Amino acid sequence: MDKIVCACGNVNPAGTALCESCGRPLNEETKEKKIVDMRYEGSARRSQTYNKTIIDKVWNFFSSVKVGMWIIVSILVAAAIGTILPQVFYVPATNESDIAAYYERIYGWFGTLYYELGLSDLYSSWWFQGLVGMLGISLVIASLDRVIPLYKSLKKQKTKRHISFLKRQRVYGIGKAEVTEDSLLKAEEKLKSLKYNVKREGNAILAERGRFSRWGPYVNHLGLIIFLFGVMLRALPGFYVDETMWLREGETLYVPGTNGYFLESKGFIYETYSKEESNEVFGDAIDRVGTIAKNYQTDVALYKGPENSVAGHAEDLTFEKNASIQVNKPIKFDNFSVFQMDFRLDELAKMKFQLQDKQTQQSFGEFTIDLANPQPLYELNEGYKVEVLDYYADFTGFEEGVPQSQSPLPNNPAFLIKMYSPEFPKGETSFVMIKETVEPLGENKHKIAFQSVETRDVSGLTVRKDLTLPLLALGGLIFMIGVAQGSYWNHRRIWIQLLEDGQTVVAAHTNKNWLSVKRDLDEVSKIAHLPEYLDQDDLDSLDEKVDKEEGV
Amino acid sequence: MDMASLSSNLLFIAFVAYLVATFLFGGAVKSSNAQSTKSFDRWGKLAITVTIIGFIANLGYFITRWVAAGHAPVSNLFEFTTAFGMMIVGAFILIYYIYKAPALGLFALPIAVLIIAYASMFPKEISPLIPALKSYWLTIHVITAAMGEAILAISAVAGLIYLLKNIDLTKKTKERFWIEAVMYVLFIVVGFVVSTVSFSVANYSAEYTYISKDETQHTIEYTMPALFGMNESVAITDNAFEPLVEMPPLVNAKKLTSVVWSILFGTVIYLLLRLILRKRISSILQPLTKKSNSQLMDEIGYRAVLIGFPVFTLGALIFAMIWAHEAWSRFWGWDPKEVWALITWLFYAVFLHLRLTKGWHGKKSAWLAVIGFIIIMFNLIAVNLIIAGLHSYA
Amino acid sequence: MALSKKSRFYMRTAILGVLVVAIIFTVYSNLNKEKNAVLQVGDKAPDFVLVDMDGTERRLSDYKGQGVFLNFWGTWCKPCAKEMPAMDRQFSEFTDKGVQTLAINIAESDLKVNSFANRYGLTFPIAIDRNKSVMESYNIDPLPTTFLINPEGKIEKIIKGEMTEEDIANFMDQIKPS
Repeated sequence: MDKIVCACGNVNPAGTALCESCGRPLNEETKEKKIVDMRYEGSARRSQTYNKTIIDKVWNFFSSVKVGMWIIVSILVAAAIGTILPQVFYVPATNESDIAAYYERIYGWFGTLYYELGLSDLYSSWWFQGLVGMLGISLVIASLDRVIPLYKSLKKQKTKRHISFLKRQRVYGIGKAEVTEDSLLKAEEKLKSLKYNVKREGNAILAERGRFSRWGPYVNHLGLIIFLFGVMLRALPGFYVDETMWLREGETLYVPGTNGYFLESKGFIYETYSKEESNEVFGDAIDRVGTIAKNYQTDVALYKGPENSVAGHAEDLTFEKNASIQVNKPIKFDNFSVFQMDFRLDELAKMKFQLQDKQTQQSFGEFTIDLANPQPLYELNEGYKVEVLDYYADFTGFEEGVPQSQSPLPNNPAFLIKMYSPEFPKGETSFVMIKETVEPLGENKHKIAFQSVETRDVSGLTVRKDLTLPLLALGGLIFMIGVAQGSYWNHRRIWIQLLEDGQTVVAAHTNKNWLSVKRDLDEVSKIAHLPEYLDQDDLDSLDEKVDKEEGV
Repeated sequence: MDMASLSSNLLFIAFVAYLVATFLFGGAVKSSNAQSTKSFDRWGKLAITVTIIGFIANLGYFITRWVAAGHAPVSNLFEFTTAFGMMIVGAFILIYYIYKAPALGLFALPIAVLIIAYASMFPKEISPLIPALKSYWLTIHVITAAMGEAILAISAVAGLIYLLKNIDLTKKTKERFWIEAVMYVLFIVVGFVVSTVSFSVANYSAEYTYISKDETQHTIEYTMPALFGMNESVAITDNAFEPLVEMPPLVNAKKLTSVVWSILFGTVIYLLLRLILRKRISSILQPLTKKSNSQLMDEIGYRAVLIGFPVFTLGALIFAMIWAHEAWSRFWGWDPKEVWALITWLFYAVFLHLRLTKGWHGKKSAWLAVIGFIIIMFNLIAVNLIIAGLHSYA
Repeated sequence: MALSKKSRFYMRTAILGVLVVAIIFTVYSNLNKEKNAVLQVGDKAPDFVLVDMDGTERRLSDYKGQGVFLNFWGTWCKPCAKEMPAMDRQFSEFTDKGVQTLAINIAESDLKVNSFANRYGLTFPIAIDRNKSVMESYNIDPLPTTFLINPEGKIEKIIKGEMTEEDIANFMDQIKPS
């Protein structure tokens, strides 16, 4: 491709719209414009100039802001579609067929369609992740393609710009004002006091301020790229752990995903606001809503197994610390955090019984069965004892005479029991359930009478490790710096030139915040008596001005 | 007088001050031209003074309620929405001092008034914090996010003024239709407020039992005549309005009823006004924008996004992620409210790119600003009311 | 424009290549996340130590050189109850041929495990994983799940769900030391 040689002698890369050095428009299209397009300083973005190989084509595709915008809009629309119905991870079902049934049952044909199209798990679909990936590629390439030429052209710009450049600036003025060498000096001084970086070349002044804000977009894009990279890292093993555990009061369990940590639940606390104890102003709210939860808390002890110990080895645990896990206050250790996420209240823990004479209800002693660890034999009063033959935690009924339990959870405990007494040294058999007793081997004289229960609460905990967090935080920080840099500062340039024919030209450009650059220019004009300028984009004021002039 | 009632009185003062200031800005806009600078100054100064007095009262409401409750008053729909209204006024004052455009006040204040009125339709009592909200991140995240959204809202106000001024309302165009549609939507919000207030003044209440989607029986209290009944609903209250249509268990017929009543009231008010004035609402407002400078409105619209976008990012995404990581164990969980915050963010990112690189100035940019505000309001209203999620306590 | 056409081509290809590969890898491994978390065939079987119902310490690494038929089960699990008598018969068959059977119960009580073992007359060693650490390190879901561990201590096969007696015989044969 040919390089473009400007009338001023500067050699510009192919595709340049405005000469990097003097600013002369270099092609017909630019020459026809009333106001010049100052994006990227009219420099040649490489993407637009080379389009030969397939790689170039792919590159140019991702370099295009238009394509980038379409990718963002696609993500935006997809994300919105994903909120129409709850996503699978908020649905109370775990296996595929239950999930499908759930969508069908709750949302009818629309639910089925939503599920079948895969919209119910949209955010982890390959195409959604692919879109985000494409956005990442676009961020890298579009930034690379622009920041380099922009940097070069800002570096190369000359103080003295050609009049054809100046008159195509949005803020522009020309006139035979009384501008002398002295007023140029005054202007220079004033601009300096306004924190401009002033350059002088003969009768030309270039005052520039806040150029670093031009890098803001690229800095924030870098932040986003780092953030996305961090998100990507979670796919690698070891960076990310996400497990759940149900922990009962009194139980010590291995913490899944960790290397040899154990948690013991010392107790679960569930509190609600009471009118008596809370701040008086909450009275109305408590009356209206009923119960308002105040606290979910699991008091735990954390233990660590010996170094290099293997699974199953539950001895020699060393106590690490006690902690209260509350919502918003996870326990943290060794890059892991354990969160209070869920709970079940009042699971049966212990049941107390009496051995009684059925007729007289005379008691022959009491015993308590720990449902987590029932004992085979309970000795009672002299000559009386109870043998637990079998235990059914979640009793559902008999199948071919055999009692069935559908889970190990004590939702409906039942016991097969033998009662020994001096009268029946060989024992009487009884099947004891909640509220009911079956005597499978004929009428008994004795019975097991239920006395009371003890319950315990179960804490639902989430175990999380995320080593990508520092990277995500860094990405977020860089993004914020970049976005602030680009938004709260702006790049302002003011050109003042004394032309050979005695006229003075002023022009100004800013990438944003025209109000401030005009204000600066006003201040300089006052001191240096510069010609009046016009905002060539401010059609309302131009009309008004025309009206006034014509209306005289 | 205790803190809590002082707080509600201050809010009322602020509300009235904003209403008064709206009219004063109207005066300032009418007289603002070169010939009558002095009178403009007088009206304008008075208007902004009243606005600031209102804003101070509003801040007073916020602080006294904070003291009374012991936590930042941003923990439910009423509190958050009111704070959002207050911050819109705050953002307006900020922008007003940069650009001195009275027309902005004429449009920003009524919107703030409408938002505060809307907020007041929800339960207003001070409630204690549920465990999930007990964190200093509640204060940081919600206030920053609301501030960002409020500043972005000013962009929409500037956009609206730009559009009202520059759309040719004498010709039948798509633009003319859509700007009127925006006006109509504002009337629906008015309809919501008017219908809620009317029925509560009339003391309407009726209880029904219904079968929910998990097939259990519940009772529900309607405060508006039930246009739609819940699934298998049966009236408990004597003489209760018999629902016209019964809805399946999936649909919350109570909410649907209040939406439909809002539309009915809003439409009636809108049509009445049009019949009386014999003009489109946009045509009535257009003269008020005549003296605004388009270029300035365009600049304000852009500048507000520039100021608001980083604040929004910080509050609604970054702080949100940090808190979500502490409270829910993950920094991002695709909860609808999170997703809509992301959508808002992506939308404004598109806005900035189109403006910077595709040269979308003027009307295009103004339309985008208005759409952005609609997305924000959608997240505030619809996501909370329609799409339930983890944020549904708000 | 210091870059020549050729080096520009290589540069662009390299950048695009890295980005695309990274993204495809990420999407692919996210889609297969479930699989990743679980142990896979060919992995070294995580070592563990449990005390069986007879009080004998059972350590997986002690069985090096022998095949291990490692079964995870629960008394409430019906398929477990069905396959266990068959397992017991095959256990007697293969135990002299160098295939050890070990059944790990998930955190139930001694009483329950003993009554179950008695009812079905089970003779192979049974151990209870009281704090679920072995279960977690083998990522067990659902029950029953059986791991075939070869004499080198590597996982030969993972069987989720019920097995027939014929299956069991074949599987045990598969991990017989040669």
